[in-house]
Order: sequence, then C-alpha cells, then structure tokens
Amino acid sequence: MTDARWSEPAPTRRRWSWTDPALRSAVIQIALGIALIWLAWSFFANAQANLARQGIASGFGFLDNSAGFGITQTLIPYSESMSYGRAFLVGLLNTLLVAFLGIILATILGFLVGVARLSENVVIKALASAYVEVTRNLPPLFQILFWYLAVLAAMPNPRQSWGFGLQPLFNFLADSFAGIGLAPVSSMFRALAGDVAGPSVFVNNRGLVVPRPVFESGFVWVVVAFFVAIVASFLIARWAKARQLATGQQFPVFWTGFGLIVGLPIVACFALGVPVTLETPHLQGFNFVGGIRVIPEFVSLLLALSIYTAGFIAEIVRAGILAVSKGQTEAAKSLGLRSGPTLRLVVIPQAMRVIVPPLTSQYLNITKNSTLGVAVGYPDLFAIFAGTTLNQTGQAIEIIAITMAVYLAISILTSALMGWYNKRVALVER
Amino acid sequence: MNTATRPAPQAAFVAPKDLRPQEPAPVSNRGIYGWSRAHLFGSVGQVLLTLLGILVVYVTIPPLLKFFIFDAVWSGAGRDACLPEKIGRPVGACWPFIYAKFNQILYGFYPESERWRVNVVYFLGAALLAPLLFPKVPYKRLNALAFFGVYPVVCFVLLTGGNLSFNNFLLGGTGLENIAGSFAGLRLSYWVQFIIVTGIACGIAALAAPVFGGSRRGAVNGTLSAFGILALVLLAMDLDFGLQEVETRQWGGLLVTLVIAVTGIVVSLPLGILLALGRRSNLPLVKISSIVFIEFWRGVPLITVLFFATYMLPLFLPGRFTIDGLLRALVGVALFASAYMAEVVRGGLQAIPKGQYEGAQAMGLRSGLMMRLVILPQALKLVIPGIVNNFIGLFKDTTLVLIVSIFDLLGILRASFTDPSWATPTTLFTGFGFAGLVYFVFCLIPKIRSSPKSRRPRRPSRWNWSASTNGTAISMCCEISTSP
Repeated sequence: MTDARWSEPAPTRRRWSWTDPALRSAVIQIALGIALIWLAWSFFANAQANLARQGIASGFGFLDNSAGFGITQTLIPYSESMSYGRAFLVGLLNTLLVAFLGIILATILGFLVGVARLSENVVIKALASAYVEVTRNLPPLFQILFWYLAVLAAMPNPRQSWGFGLQPLFNFLADSFAGIGLAPVSSMFRALAGDVAGPSVFVNNRGLVVPRPVFESGFVWVVVAFFVAIVASFLIARWAKARQLATGQQFPVFWTGFGLIVGLPIVACFALGVPVTLETPHLQGFNFVGGIRVIPEFVSLLLALSIYTAGFIAEIVRAGILAVSKGQTEAAKSLGLRSGPTLRLVVIPQAMRVIVPPLTSQYLNITKNSTLGVAVGYPDLFAIFAGTTLNQTGQAIEIIAITMAVYLAISILTSALMGWYNKRVALVER
Repeated sequence: MNTATRPAPQAAFVAPKDLRPQEPAPVSNRGIYGWSRAHLFGSVGQVLLTLLGILVVYVTIPPLLKFFIFDAVWSGAGRDACLPEKIGRPVGACWPFIYAKFNQILYGFYPESERWRVNVVYFLGAALLAPLLFPKVPYKRLNALAFFGVYPVVCFVLLTGGNLSFNNFLLGGTGLENIAGSFAGLRLSYWVQFIIVTGIACGIAALAAPVFGGSRRGAVNGTLSAFGILALVLLAMDLDFGLQEVETRQWGGLLVTLVIAVTGIVVSLPLGILLALGRRSNLPLVKISSIVFIEFWRGVPLITVLFFATYMLPLFLPGRFTIDGLLRALVGVALFASAYMAEVVRGGLQAIPKGQYEGAQAMGLRSGLMMRLVILPQALKLVIPGIVNNFIGLFKDTTLVLIVSIFDLLGILRASFTDPSWATPTTLFTGFGFAGLVYFVFCLIPKIRSSPKSRRPRRPSRWNWSASTNGTAISMCCEISTSP
C-alpha cells in the first residue's frame, strides 16, 4: 500500500490548458510578429505609392550621378563634376577628421579637468568644477553657434589678421622685458625677432591659415624610420619583460621607446638634409595664398565638441579615480612602491576599468554630435549627404537610410571594440 | 617622568589616569594657516597652481561682470541706445535687445490675443511640477496623474485650440465614414466607428484573457475602462471649445523648447519601461525586437532621427495623412528618448536582486502583477537620477529642431540676430549670454532635487553588489550619452 502511494504517478499526457505558458508566449509572439509584418508591409506599400505619386526615383543609381556642388573642405581630391558617391566619401572623411581630433582634444582636456577637480588646491578645484558645470549644461548646438557666430565672426578680416609665430612672440617678450626695465634682455629678444621670419600662422574671420609642409622624395625614409622605431620599441618591450621575469632586472622601456620613436625620425630627417619645407602663407590681395586654410566651421565645431565633451569626460575620470579605494594606494605604499609606480601600476589600471565604458559612449557622442556641424555649414557626412544631396535628388529614403546606417555602423563597431577591450580588462571574478 | 606616580602594574595593563593631555596639532596643520598650507601654498607647485588659478579667475570674471552688468545698457528703445559712438562710452551687453525680443523668446509668433493660453500652460505646468519635486508634499499619485495624464491633454487643447473634427477611427474605407451628422465639433461617423472598435477590442480581450491568467469579465472591464479614458482624451481634442486655432508654425521660442522636452519625457517614460521589460523578456521575438529598436535609435545621431521623421516618415504613412511639422519632430524626439529611457530603466531592473523576483513569484503573483507591484516601484525609484539626467539631455537636445526649421529658443534668438534694427557689436554676445543663462538654469533646476540622492553613496550590501554596480554603470552610460 505504502509503496503504491509513493510510486511515481504514471506519466500523463500534458493536458491542454488556457494558462499554458507555451501557449501564452506563442500568442504574444505571433501577435507581435503579425503587427511587425503589417507595419513593415504598410510602410513599404505606402512608400511605393507616395514615391510614385510624387514622381521620385528610387534605387541607389543616383550615387553615380554628377554631384554638381562644391565642398569647402576636402581631404581627398574632389570637384563638382564628381559623383555623389565621391561627395559621400569626402563627407565621411570630414566627419572622421573632426571626430578624431575632437576625441583627442576632449580626452586631454577632460583628463586634465577631471584630475584638477580632485586637486587639493581649492582654486584649481573650484575652477574645474565651474568648467564642468558650465560646459555640461549648455547645449552643444548652442556652443557651436556661439563659437561660430559670436567669436569667430568677430575676428578681424584677412588684411588685419592676427599673426602668430616666433617673431610676434619675440617682439612681445622684448616689449614685456622693456616694460619691467630689463633693457639688455629686451634688446636680445628684439634682435632674435629680427632674425626669424614673420608670423606663419594667421587667424581671421575666414578661419585659420597655417603653413603647409611640402614633402620631398627623401621624406619616405623619415616615415620608414618612424615605423622601424615603433617595431624596435615593441621588440625591446618584449625583451625587457622576458628579462624582468627571468632575472628581476628592470629596463627603462618607456623612455627608450619614447627616445626611439621621437629621435629616430628626427635623426633620419637631419641625415637626409631635412627633406621637408614649410610653405608659409602670405597675404595677396584680400586673402592668403599658400599654406592650409582651416575653415572657421571646422574650428568652431571642433572647439565646441571638445569643450562640451571634455566636461563629461572630466566627470568620468573623477568618478573612475574615486572608485579606486584608498586601501589600494595604502597597500601599494606598504609594499614599498613609490608614488609614480603606485599610480601607474595600481591606481590607473583599476580606474581605467571604471572609466573605459562611459568614455566609449562619450567618444561615440562626439562622432554623433559632429552632425551638428550642419547648423554652421561644416561639410560633414550629414551636411553633404542628408543636406545637399537630399535637397538635390529628393531621394529621402535611400539617403537617410545610408546616413543612419553609417552612424549605426560606427556605433556598433566602436561598441564591439570596446566590449572586447572591456572584457580583457574586466575583473575576473571567481 | 610620571612613571613614578603610576600605580603598581596589575594583572593587565591599565592606562594611567595621568597620561599627558593631548596636545593640539602643530600650527602648520591647523587654523587658517594649516588650511591654506594644505589647500593653497603647500609647495612650490601648489603656489604656482594657485597663482595660475587666480590669473584665470582674474582674466575671466571681471570682464564678464563688466560686460554683462557694469558696462551693460539696461534701458533704451532701439539700436542707438547700444552703440558706443552714440552714447559715448564703452558698451557691454545690450539688454534692450532682449526686452524687445522677449515676447518672441517666450511665445514665438503666437498671436498676441491668444498668448494668455500659453501663460496658462506655463503656469499650470509650474504649479503641477513644483509639488512633484518635493517629497514631503502629499497626494503624489494624484499629482503625478494630473501632470502626466491630464496636463498634456489640457496643453494640447489650449495650445492648438482643439476641435480636431476627427472623421475616421481605424475603420476608414469601410463605408462608415459616410455617416452624416455632427454636434459641437464631434462627427457621428467617428464616434460610431469608435464604439464598434471598442466592441471588437472587448471581444478580443475576452477571448485572450484566460491565456494571460485573467478572468474574461476582468479583461472586458479593463478594456472598457481603457477605451473610456481614450474616449475622454479624444473627446477633449474633438470638442469645439470656441478657441481660435493656432498652427504650430506660429509657435516658437521657449514654448517649443518646453513642448518638445515635456512631450519627450511624458511619452518616453511609459514607452521606455515597456521596451526595458521587453528587452529582459524570455520571449525571443519580443526580446530581439526590443533590442533592435533600442540599439537602432541609440546608435544614430538625433539629427538623423529628426530628418527621418521630417522627410522619411511622411513617405511611410498613407498619402491622406499630412503631418504637422512640429508633430514630426515630436515623433522623432519621442522615439529617440524612449530608447535612452529604456536603457536607464533596464539599469534599474538589473539592480533589483533576484530574491525580489522569487519572492513575488512565491507569493503567487503573475508576471504582470509582479512587475507592477514589486519590481518596477523599486527599480524606478533607483533610477530617478538617471531619468532626471535623461530629461536634462533631452532639454539640451531640443535645440536641434532648429536644423529642421522649427524655431525653438535658440532658433528664435538666431533669427533675431539678423534683425538689422538691432545690429550692434554686442547684440550677439548679449543674446548668447541670455540664452546660455536660460539653458543653464533649466538644466540646473532638476538637478537640485535629484542631487542629494544621487550623491549619497549607496552602500553596497552583499547581495546586490555586482547587480547594483552593473546597473549603475549602465544607467551612468545612458545618462551621459543622451545626445544626438
């Protein structure tokens, strides 16, 4: 009897039930699937009908058509007769340029301000806090327009450009020393100012004019020297690590590598008789000839993006450093590490773990915010493609889809890379 | 020494009573001198830093004060009041410019006789929002309902004028649209369709109720009340209150900025919660479509979203729909904001320990009830700072609509810079100074409430350490990445 009571019940067929979770999930998913398919189908049908009604062509054939508009900043050769595809490429490169430089500037500025916010010095700390509060709370578009309309437009015209270079600097120093009564020093600088060439960097309301480096054929070897130096430092680092593991002896890897990477190209450069000359800009008529002109749209966009994002990066850096507990520093000290190695080997690696994920999203933000250049007419991907090309061809669907796809691809690629990096540095939990 | 007076040692060491009194810290460590040594002049580097800081303050603050206050022109009637050669002194900010444009900044091109409606909207908003921000004020639920539920409808009716005269409710093209007759702006054809659709929805709900573990009667009641609320909202939009219609093209300035920001937050909160739940769902299709939706909108810049809504969306809708320009931008902003909100809410959901889910299940709660009664209240409370940050980001992002030719605060100012009757050397800086102040203040107001909570370090207890760090890290990512 007892055996029968405790024996397993005979396997019964699962009875059909209204509340079966499998049924529920099937119902929900089928309903959602139908809704999505219906939505996609109606979008497609409507788009077809609307395009036919408005007589808009479809397809990607327009990419081969001649663009017929000029672009103010081109990193690759471009002319009006080239195709929309080429214009797209020009825009993409412009976007990448401003994003890349913006990321570098914002990182440097952000780290400086972030560290300054943790400073013991109250003045520096207050200044850094003020910087963060102000820049983070003003919309990026506001900042772009501010730099473009208010600051850069107030610069003098080309004929009265502000010149920067060694000569104005020496003159300035000479004046200052004369002002405080150090006549000999002053005259020394005055003489120096007479020796060097005039200003080579100019600022005016049409942008920034800087000298253009003209490379001669021998310059290839300088580049080769640079890459050789990189490879050599890499090998030295490997050797030094192996030796340290084997014998415990350390080797100044950083300074050796730094010396190689900076020094070798310079040595090569001088050995070849400096195969590069600077083409300095000079005023001719109402504008400058020679040199590279950096358009004010680029300057304002770059300034605004780096200043705005630096505020966020500063907060990330501060949070990252604060996240490393004090015990870590104390433990490093008690192991006898000096403050340099403590920072380099203990604090920074752990802080980076906290810093990197939000930092990535800031880098993506810079890339995405670079689209705001359209407000001042910076010819980035968005302005060229979703702006001018869309106006000319009217093919909204293809163009906006391509534009979105490019930014999406950049985002996904960066997230994937950073995810990979994050996995590498993440804490291994047991 | 005082060893002589110490009593003979007993079994254990006991501190003698007459230990030397504690001495004060050395002079170099206390008082103003100690403080300034620690914080201003401790070493050569410190001194240099301090001097550098003072130099920076000196070259920024006095000129700013001089420009915006001491040298500023405070009264005057036109451009001449702000020209240095006319008034014979250096001129700072030209505040008469702001006075002259103030109405435009507040209302855009809203007709002058109807501006009281905008004022009512501003006032109601402030009156409903202020008590929400202070935790001590009672009737939170009612207040929230008024702000998130009733207020948007009231705003809509007041700002546009209402009286939409709806014609079709989902069933257009079935012959029902030909029913004639209307009353006070309400068309019979529309409301007949509405009643039919309600009936169909109730039928479907009754059919599907058991699958979701509810009773048929309850489902029908729920559907009926949902449609009842919808009917009230639609009725308010449809009724003719006798208000003059104001097209959204005439809106502008702070009004547009606030409309976009508030719509964004009101729409994105429920949508974001749904998406966040969808992303954590066990059903593959629900999960995948939520992830795709969220990651898509988060991966593209806001301005492409606005272009999508402005140029592409009209092509996707049936030809008979013509959507208003502002509404397009609102759709774009709402989609964009809900993707970001979803990630913030997800951060909160992940921070809720598993025990809470298990506890709720052990109590016999269905998944819907579990979310509503146990998980979401805790998760949402956790992510309030994130939501606030999202809102601030959204507020800053509203400036982007000027690129699709909608005149928000910045757009109006930019347009008024080109006004030749106010062309002075300092007009631009005055305008930017004023707009900057407005944005700064609006971004700071929400922070005042949320900051004590967000600054208080959350004590990591054992059970939620990894979960909560994970969650906050995620919500942090979302907070700071709310931008185009």
